[in-house]
Amino acid sequence: MKAELSTVTPNADIAKTAATTAAGNREALEPSNPVAVFGHDEPLALDAGIDLSPLQIAYNTYGTLNADRSNAILVCHALTGDHYAASRSPVTGRPGWWSSIIGPGKPIDTDKYFVICSNVIGGCLGSTGPASINPETGEPYGLDLPVITIRDMVRAQAMLVKRLGIDTLFAVIGGSMGGMQVLQWTVSYPDKVFAALPIATGARHSAQNIAFHEVGRQAVMADPDWHGGRYFAMGKRPVKGLAVARMTAHVTYLSEMALHRKFGRNLQDRESFGFGFDADFQIESYLRHQGMTFVDRFDANSYLYMTRAMDYFDIAADFGGSLARAFQGSKTRFCLVSFSSDWLFPTEENRAVVHALNAAAASVSFVEIETDRGHDAFLLEEPNFFAAIGGFVSSAARARGLSS
Amino acid sequence: MTLSADTRTGGPTATSDTVAAIPAGIRVDLEVIADLVEPQSRVLDIGCGDGALLSLLQSRRRVDGRGIELSQAGVNECVARGLSVIQGDADRDLVHYPDDTFDYVILSQTIQATRNPKVVMSELLRIGRRAIVSFPNFGHWSIRYALGLRGRMPVTRNLTHSWYETPNIHFCTIRDFVELAGELGATVETAIALNATGQKMGMKMPWWFWNLFGEQAVFVLRR
Repeated sequence: MKAELSTVTPNADIAKTAATTAAGNREALEPSNPVAVFGHDEPLALDAGIDLSPLQIAYNTYGTLNADRSNAILVCHALTGDHYAASRSPVTGRPGWWSSIIGPGKPIDTDKYFVICSNVIGGCLGSTGPASINPETGEPYGLDLPVITIRDMVRAQAMLVKRLGIDTLFAVIGGSMGGMQVLQWTVSYPDKVFAALPIATGARHSAQNIAFHEVGRQAVMADPDWHGGRYFAMGKRPVKGLAVARMTAHVTYLSEMALHRKFGRNLQDRESFGFGFDADFQIESYLRHQGMTFVDRFDANSYLYMTRAMDYFDIAADFGGSLARAFQGSKTRFCLVSFSSDWLFPTEENRAVVHALNAAAASVSFVEIETDRGHDAFLLEEPNFFAAIGGFVSSAARARGLSS
Repeated sequence: MTLSADTRTGGPTATSDTVAAIPAGIRVDLEVIADLVEPQSRVLDIGCGDGALLSLLQSRRRVDGRGIELSQAGVNECVARGLSVIQGDADRDLVHYPDDTFDYVILSQTIQATRNPKVVMSELLRIGRRAIVSFPNFGHWSIRYALGLRGRMPVTRNLTHSWYETPNIHFCTIRDFVELAGELGATVETAIALNATGQKMGMKMPWWFWNLFGEQAVFVLRR
């Protein structure tokens, strides 16, 4: 059974408005991939207390759904990721962000599993977010979109999964903010997740992480071109602020060792200091490049919404402060993975989840991968990491009776 | 607690203590442990290494098995072969498990490497209905010989580390272990001693004989 069965065309109104709107992110308004649209009869009940409709979810699928509909894996993307997990992004022209992990014969084998990856709501690459058109005003939502939480993102994914005709997911897998979604899935829909693979993540966002996000948001909002979030109407985009936000965040994705190994104190295209404030050092030049390429593909308001969603995330808080209670009675098989040099979601944050799962007597594996590549390691080729994913997924498949 | 022969089970009568090669493949104490575990039970293997025992228990006893292992390499190997294993420390991480979570908690050849064996033992008895513990017997004649007559810290086939590099910081003899079980108020359900050839020693043998000729011991305890 092919995924095309479930493909729907975008809501006609949204498509029409999109075509007549010059400003805005093209991919946000005219996604070049399947979208699922939920009308006023199927609103998304947000944690903010508002029903969001209409709702559009952009997604990609890889592989084939089996006759029992039992081989579906949902892959959840990170903060600035997208649903092009294993296919070329039309925005950047680059291969999928997990092409090394998802594909025929790879750790997440598309010859065996049906992989779904959707753009989170609040995002800017095809799913409803602040750059989408508010049907009430005909203008982009901007800050009129209610604040979105990780739980809201997961609720929207559950609507998509149901729309695709799938009752129970064989696995939910993701890193960083994607890992938060994985954990939320196991708590919100414990009976619908057979196996869960949260990677480089935590059950809550730490004070330090909130601090870095706040620096990023303040950079966006301090840009005069931000215009209180209404920059599309003014024909502007706060690219400088967003670039600074990205530069700060990017440092947190690496490690001191990796920075030292890659750049050291090397100078950029010069023999000696320029005695000015150009990018003398290679690391400065690198960060500026990271910032400038990011603004081409990401919407500034969406960055505010995504970071906020992570900041609000705290599973234990929903269970009287007890993380173990959140997982009580869970039948899901868990495997957590952390990276030794990750200081954004250090091993201890991941281990706290493991301990809660132990306390709930859940089935859990936990691997710490030795690497100097920091948080970003979950997007990179790490043989031990791939072996862990492959081993966990295939043993879960055997338990699920999926082995062929 | 008194120790009587009737608390022990064992194999055939003692064989002579000839030094024969232990069959290659699975460690003998793992075979013995696998025979002690009821099919389809819930098992936690503490210090599970590369997962040899868990694999054996899953294939032979169809258990719901979990493991804890200190070394990253061991955990990676276990998870890659599909075992449910976490990277962790017996001294630190057992506290997170609720009471009576498992039918068996197994500590095979690990107790001598823990910082606080008594605390670890009481955690075992708390989170498992039964604890299975195997350990090298430091009362074995070859060890007494090395220390007593040669005046050297023993390095044997099963205890291969020199004193300055050994992870084994809390050795005990069979009699020491039995005394600890008594202090913890645990009942010895089964006790097995293995001689140098890896065979079970006769259950009719007195404790002093086990303590002298048993190279390894496997105990099943319950609260």
